[in-house]
Amino acid sequence: MAIAEYASHVPQKVSLSRVLGPAHVWALGVGIVLVGEYTGWNFAADKGGTLAALIICWVMGLLYTSVAMIDSEVTSTVAAAGGQYAQAKHIVGPLMAFNVALYLVFAYTMLEVSNSILVADTIKSYAGESFTAWHYNGIIATVIVVLAALNYRGVLMSLNVNFVITAVAYLAIIVLFFSVQPWSQGTVLKLGEMVTPQNALPYGWIGVVAAFHWGVWYYLGIEGTTQAAEEVRSPARSLPYGTMAGMITLLIGASLTWYICASLMPWQYLGITYFPLLDAGKLTGNKTLETMMFVATILAAVASANGCINDAARAWFSLGRDRYLPTWFSAVHPKYRTPYRSIVFLVPIAIAFAFVSNLGQAITFSILSGVLHYTFMSINIIMFRNKWPLGSIRRGYIHPFHPLPAIVLFMLCCVTYFAIFLGYGAQLTAMVVFYMVVSLWFHFYRYQYVKRGDQFTMPWPKPKGY
Amino acid sequence: MWNTLANVGWAVSAAFALWMLYDLFKIDSTYDEATLTSSREGEIEAVSEKHKV
Repeated sequence: MAIAEYASHVPQKVSLSRVLGPAHVWALGVGIVLVGEYTGWNFAADKGGTLAALIICWVMGLLYTSVAMIDSEVTSTVAAAGGQYAQAKHIVGPLMAFNVALYLVFAYTMLEVSNSILVADTIKSYAGESFTAWHYNGIIATVIVVLAALNYRGVLMSLNVNFVITAVAYLAIIVLFFSVQPWSQGTVLKLGEMVTPQNALPYGWIGVVAAFHWGVWYYLGIEGTTQAAEEVRSPARSLPYGTMAGMITLLIGASLTWYICASLMPWQYLGITYFPLLDAGKLTGNKTLETMMFVATILAAVASANGCINDAARAWFSLGRDRYLPTWFSAVHPKYRTPYRSIVFLVPIAIAFAFVSNLGQAITFSILSGVLHYTFMSINIIMFRNKWPLGSIRRGYIHPFHPLPAIVLFMLCCVTYFAIFLGYGAQLTAMVVFYMVVSLWFHFYRYQYVKRGDQFTMPWPKPKGY
Repeated sequence: MWNTLANVGWAVSAAFALWMLYDLFKIDSTYDEATLTSSREGEIEAVSEKHKV
């Protein structure tokens, strides 16, 4: 009797569902990022000209290739929801982990906000004068709430949808590229007329440095693949494979996008439009291509918002699970196996930001949080290799040329801070002050609620030197 | 057309938001808190990745 009574009080285990494969990891990473080809990257042309946008495309490609390689090694070893948060907790310490989780939540939530604004702006550009603020906000609310409900309902369905719409949005770029006959310059594309030696770098090399700010947008979010770590069937295989495949996909997509847009628009226009690929579709004069790019712009933004909701909720959920925030947030839905409270909690926050901020501000907040996060990653991998050298623990993937990617990543992050300071110095300062204040709150108040021994879960040997 | 779509969007948003809140309260009142918050980090490691080199 006593045993039966005890058994009835033992909680049934509920955890996230391990149902994802490499294709879902690809859909999550590329889905979040691809919207960057549809808007955002082109503001780099405003800072430094069309050639600067291309230089930044490849330099940022180097930064993100470093991010993808470093991330793949650490995440294939620390396979937990929260991604870089769990990495920071095990490798650096709780305060760093708390900050990294906030970077993640801010980066993805503000990116989700940017995407919902982009969908509303795209529709508004076709809707005419009668499209009021009520209608505009209705589109924003629809994007955020419907995608939140999709995420609430289950990760498999959510990322299956993401796979399809991301693939369609990516194929649209490929179709546009071949439709403008890239093999025959002068027929549709006029790169030689649009980019000349006189206007290629209108502000010189300082313009290229300033363009780093918006260059981040080409690839921002590819590191989001790690948030799926606890829901993939084989983290050690799926995460490196999905992330690397995603990075290759994006490098190709970004280069094609630059080539199409740079060949159709002067840099003065390219640098200020919100819809470079949609405008490229219009400039071909082909109504079908224009419609295709209109639909693809919306799909890319929706795919990105969907992935961001997934990632922000998991980072928030992980904070609750370790008591860095109230444990209420760490609940998992017993039927759908999703962090349902975290998903619902972040919905009104995203809607509030989307209603009051503009696209440029939202993107900048997302970029700032992203770059802070990448800076952490460059330090994190050095500490990881020092504390647990190769051979001491099992790794799903070992990235080559260490520590070169970490050094490249750190240096490029420093240049990007300078570029952001040039354009958005006040926001940069305000955000750094914000993170310092919440760090103090965490250190002096919140950390007393954390069960210190419970937060370190990896069955690793003691780090070297301890 | 876009205005109608936006108006329908408000209605759909409200419906989904209410569904999520209804389901959240239903789940919270059906299951005890210990069950809902029983997920632990590192379960994958404990089950499938032994880290023996």
